[in-house]
Amino acid sequence: MGLPDILFYVFAALTLLCGVLVVANPFSRSPVTSAMFLVLTIISLAGLFVLLHAFFLAAVQIIVYAGAVIVLFLFVIMLLDLKEEQRRKIKLFGFVGGVLSVGAIAVICLKALHAAHPGADLAAPQLEGGTNALGQLLFRQYVLPFEVVSVLLLVAMVGVILLSKKDLK
Amino acid sequence: MTVGLEHYLTVSVLLFCLGLLGVVMRRNLLVIYMSLELMLNAANLALVAFSRFNNKLDGQVLVFFIITVAAAEVSVGLALIVALYRRRQSAHVEDLTTMKL
Repeated sequence: MGLPDILFYVFAALTLLCGVLVVANPFSRSPVTSAMFLVLTIISLAGLFVLLHAFFLAAVQIIVYAGAVIVLFLFVIMLLDLKEEQRRKIKLFGFVGGVLSVGAIAVICLKALHAAHPGADLAAPQLEGGTNALGQLLFRQYVLPFEVVSVLLLVAMVGVILLSKKDLK
Repeated sequence: MTVGLEHYLTVSVLLFCLGLLGVVMRRNLLVIYMSLELMLNAANLALVAFSRFNNKLDGQVLVFFIITVAAAEVSVGLALIVALYRRRQSAHVEDLTTMKL
């Protein structure tokens, strides 16, 4: 087992552990702790991206998610006064039902994955997801979706400004 | 045993189910939103893994678009939550039952 394999197991364990702590933290029910563990999940996911040789996406993941999205989350959490929310308990029936149904979905997906055994007949990967190759593809073949996404960002911006107005008509 | 596509997809499935569990179980709108982000990230991981092991870059371009759309979605969603909180003084899903019959 080489170093990349060991690193894969380390990053995968970190990702899943931090994911559990985002969803069901036994020590704290505050949204701030969830947001902090979401940052850790995203950083270890970026590590997995590096192991998959997707270097540009790993950088984008850290800059956009950990840098922008989570900061936005923290801003909103601090804006809202959520002291009262922490005291409510999770109902037992909802907890058991949720865990059972999601566990069943997980088992079905993992069994299907195991039965399909993907990637067994594929050649050894040689792909490098550097900035150059990705940029060439993005601005040649995918230039129309790229422009459409820029319009989408504009629409989102206008929508957010409209929603944040004090007297929404 | 060397790490292959199957390992990455297993991590992706588990992460997706964690996010789904958060959406089903938690009652705080903000934490539900964070769980949605987890699910999106699980899909991203699966796409990057497929892209790497099929020797095609298209999957990574798709992940690029997903990250952009997710950022737009988070900004709109958080603005909605703030507007809702301003009117109701609560970000708890059990308090939002106006449309219940």
